[in-house]
Formats: sequence, structure tokens, C-alpha cells
Amino acid sequence: MKENNKAFKLLFLLPVIVYTLLLILLPLVYVLFLSFCKSDSYGGIVYEFTLSNYLNIFDSTYLNIFFKSVSIALITTFICILISYPFAIILRKRNIHIKNLITKLIMLPFLTNSLIRTYGWIILLRKSGIINSGLIGMGIIKTPMSLMYNRFGIIVGMVYTLLPFMLLPICSSVFEIDNNIIDAAKDLGASKLQIFFKIILPQTISGVFNGSLMVFIPAIGFFFITDILGGGKIMIIGNLIKNQFLTARNWPFGSAIAIFLIIITFLLVKLYRKLGGKLDDLGGF
Amino acid sequence: MKNKFLNNLFVILVFLFLYLPIIVLIIYSFNSSQMNIIFENWTFDWYKEILHNSDLIEAFSNTLLVAVISTVTSTILGTISAYGLYKYEFPFKKLINGLIYIPIVIPEIVLGISLLSIYTLMKLQLSLVTIILSHIAFSIPFVIVSIRSNLTSQTKVLEEAAKDLGASPFKTFTKIILPTIMPGIVSGATLAFTLSLDDVVISYFTSGPGSLTLPLYIYSVIKTGITPDVNALTTIMLLVTFTILISITIIQSRKIRKEAL
Repeated sequence: MKENNKAFKLLFLLPVIVYTLLLILLPLVYVLFLSFCKSDSYGGIVYEFTLSNYLNIFDSTYLNIFFKSVSIALITTFICILISYPFAIILRKRNIHIKNLITKLIMLPFLTNSLIRTYGWIILLRKSGIINSGLIGMGIIKTPMSLMYNRFGIIVGMVYTLLPFMLLPICSSVFEIDNNIIDAAKDLGASKLQIFFKIILPQTISGVFNGSLMVFIPAIGFFFITDILGGGKIMIIGNLIKNQFLTARNWPFGSAIAIFLIIITFLLVKLYRKLGGKLDDLGGF
Repeated sequence: MKNKFLNNLFVILVFLFLYLPIIVLIIYSFNSSQMNIIFENWTFDWYKEILHNSDLIEAFSNTLLVAVISTVTSTILGTISAYGLYKYEFPFKKLINGLIYIPIVIPEIVLGISLLSIYTLMKLQLSLVTIILSHIAFSIPFVIVSIRSNLTSQTKVLEEAAKDLGASPFKTFTKIILPTIMPGIVSGATLAFTLSLDDVVISYFTSGPGSLTLPLYIYSVIKTGITPDVNALTTIMLLVTFTILISITIIQSRKIRKEAL
């Protein structure tokens, strides 16, 4: 019996241990190792210790990309919050079936690959696209507007791709608010703004931060959106890493940028937990 | 009254935004023009055209293959792991528990390049196998997390009761635990499948020659212009996955209703 229990325990623990060590820890440790290596001009890795990859990050060209990247990610996060809050508050009082349906409908677009959906935006946004020809047809504008191959196009693409990751956590935290508390506040004469800032915001702040993490962090890396809707003119950190690994073939420098991103991510997650957020909520859609 | 109208309008606009590119793709799959620019006439030709585009068919079947295999594997491994982590104590449990969250929070591109690096180090040829392995790697945590929400203190009580009544660990797992965590398993599997179909970044770094998947195919033709047979295939795929998802939802809600009775 005892032997049996031990075998059972091993069966249930071995997969997760092998998986986390082999497919998560080992690759990350190797990237950390690479980030301290040198590279030769043929794209090979020279196993000699150097800090130059990290020092290179502070080159003005790269710092510029970092700032652009962060500003695009911040704007995206902000717009997603501005859309998600009213959305959740409007739907707060609906019954559970409608709320479940709404959650399903938010997830549904993911069943088509995000690259294909990004392509859908090209059909809509380009000079000869549906939006421009529609507006010209209605006589609202005379010449087509530049809606893509610029910052605007990138932000539309980012907000579009990442909005569900903000909608879901904000909805679930807003839906949890007890109606009685809001009714009580109303009875006591609280204004709508007061209700929002004194009741709704404090109770949903971890949901907002959850969504912000799940929007901000990917927005730094989604190179395909800048590639396609930005026309390759604007680079974000994701493009930079991609180029170092696939075009310039300077893996050590690419690794150093990746480690830099990991550090930023960990700091943000730490902040999230300090604000009372739970890690399990991050993956729970 | 006016307020309510504006509120509903806002919700509708948000959904319109989320579905606009998909609606456009579907409409243009019936367009007789080659270029996805001007809508000319209605046609079903592009649906027949799919059969002549061997690259597209290959990419599509590979994508489905990757999604199915990685979903099944990560659901099984995730279920076992979630229970193992919930039930047992062992050295370095905290470390393992923390590592699980990494694929959920770090940027996909970092996971992509670190997997690429390790495959190269181990001299693993980039192929469908490496894509599947990578998809399993990023799906398992989502399965574990969604199952965890079903494992509560009440589960412990049930487990103890089963043990007291003489049930073996195996029997306890199949008769008590599995039914309890079934909703978590289903939503975890759905999530794994969805994430796999949606993925661009990880596939981009972990695929090699001869392992064309849908995002890679699209990436290669997007600059020269995508032909509407891609739209047609997307439409079919949406229809199929939509049907599957709806059936799962109906089966689940029926079960809940039965249990409520």
C-alpha cells in the first residue's frame, strides 16, 4: 500500500517537475547565459564573458525604440481601460446567463488566428480600404486618410488584439461588486462619480491592474502588428529582439534585451501582488 | 430612456469593433475580385479554390494538428500537475509553483526566443515537433490555473471521506477529484486550443522548413497580397470551431441544469 502511494505521488509530480525545469527554467537560464556571451560577425556565439550586450542597450538608437515601445504599450493599455470600464459597468446588472454569453463572445474572435484578424484590419484601414472608400462615398472626406503604416494603425491593431485581456478581468471584478453597497450609497445621496471613485474603483483596482499587465506586457513584444500595420517603419522592442535573433543573428544582444524585458515583467508582477492581485487570476479567463 | 439607448449602443459598438475584421474577412470570401479591395460580385469560387492551393491546405492541416495534439497533451499533463501540486508537498515546491506562472506573464517573444535557443543548443531540428512542444509549454500553465479554481477546501473534505471509507488513491482521483475539476479541465482545454490557434509569435520562432502553419503562411504572403481563398478557409474554420464551442457550452449548461434539479 505504502509503495503504491509513493508511485502515485511520483506519477502526479514528475510531469510538472520535468516540464518546468526543462521547458521553462532551462531555456531562460540559457538565455541569461547567452546574454553574457560575445558574438562573432558570422552570427556565431563566442563563449567569452562580456557585459557589452547590456551596455549596448543604452545606445541612443535602442533607447529610442524602448521609449517608443513603452509609449505605444501605455497608450494601448489606457485606451483598453477607457473602453472596458464603462462596458463592465453597463453590463453589471444583467443576469448571469447574459454575462456568461458576453464572456464567450469576447473570447470567440481568438478562434481565428490573430494574424488573420490583423489582415482584416488592412482591408478596412488602407487607402483604398473600406473605411476610406466609405467616407469618400458619403462625401465626408475628399482624399483618403492615412489610417495605417503609421502609429495610428499600430495602436488600432494593438488595442484590437489585446482588448479582450482587459475586458475579461475588469468585467469579472466589476460583476463581483455587491449591488446592496451601491444601492446603499445611492440612498445616502452619493453621486455617480462618488460611487465610482469610492466604491467601484477601490474594489476593482486589482482587476484593472491584472488587465493592464496582460495588455502592457504583450504590447511591448507583438512585432507582427508593427510589421503589418506599421509597415515596418516603427520598431518596438519585439521587432528589435526578432531582428537580433533572425536577421542580424546577434543572439547574445537579443538575449540581453530579453532579460531586460523579463526584469521589467517581474517588477510589474511584484507591484501587482503588492496591490493585492493574485497570480492565479492572471491566467484565468 | 435615452441613457439606456446610449449604454446599449456602447456595448454594441465594442462588439462591432471586436468582430469587424472577422465580418470583413467573411464577406470578402464571397467576392469575385482577386485582391480583397473592391467588392465586385458574389461567388463561391474561392471555396473551391482552396483545394488547388496546396500550401494553404498544408498550413491549415498542420495548424489543426498542432492545436489538437498540444491541447490533448497539455490538458492531460496540466490535470495531473494541478492535482499533484494541490495534494503533495515536496522540496522546491515553491520554485516549481512560481515557474508555472512564467509562460503566462512573460512576453511571448521572450518565451519564443528562449525555446528557439534551447532547441538549437540541443541540436533539435526545428519542425512540427518543436512547434507542438512549444505550444504544450505555453498551454500547460493555463490548464493548471483553470483547474486550480475547482480545487478548494471542500475537495479536501471529500477526499478525506473517501479515504476513510477505504478508497484507493486511484479510485479517489477518478471518482471524486475528476468529476469535481471537470469544469476546470473543459475550460482549460478550450483555452489551450484557442491559444494554440491564435498564436503567431511562438510559432514564428520555433518552426523550421517543412513545418508551415497558418500564421507563417499568412506572414509569407501578406506583403504581396492575400487571395480570398484564405478568407474562405478562415470562414470554414470559424464555422467549425464555433459549432464545437457552442456544443460544449450547451452540454455544460445542460449538465448544470440537471445537477440543479
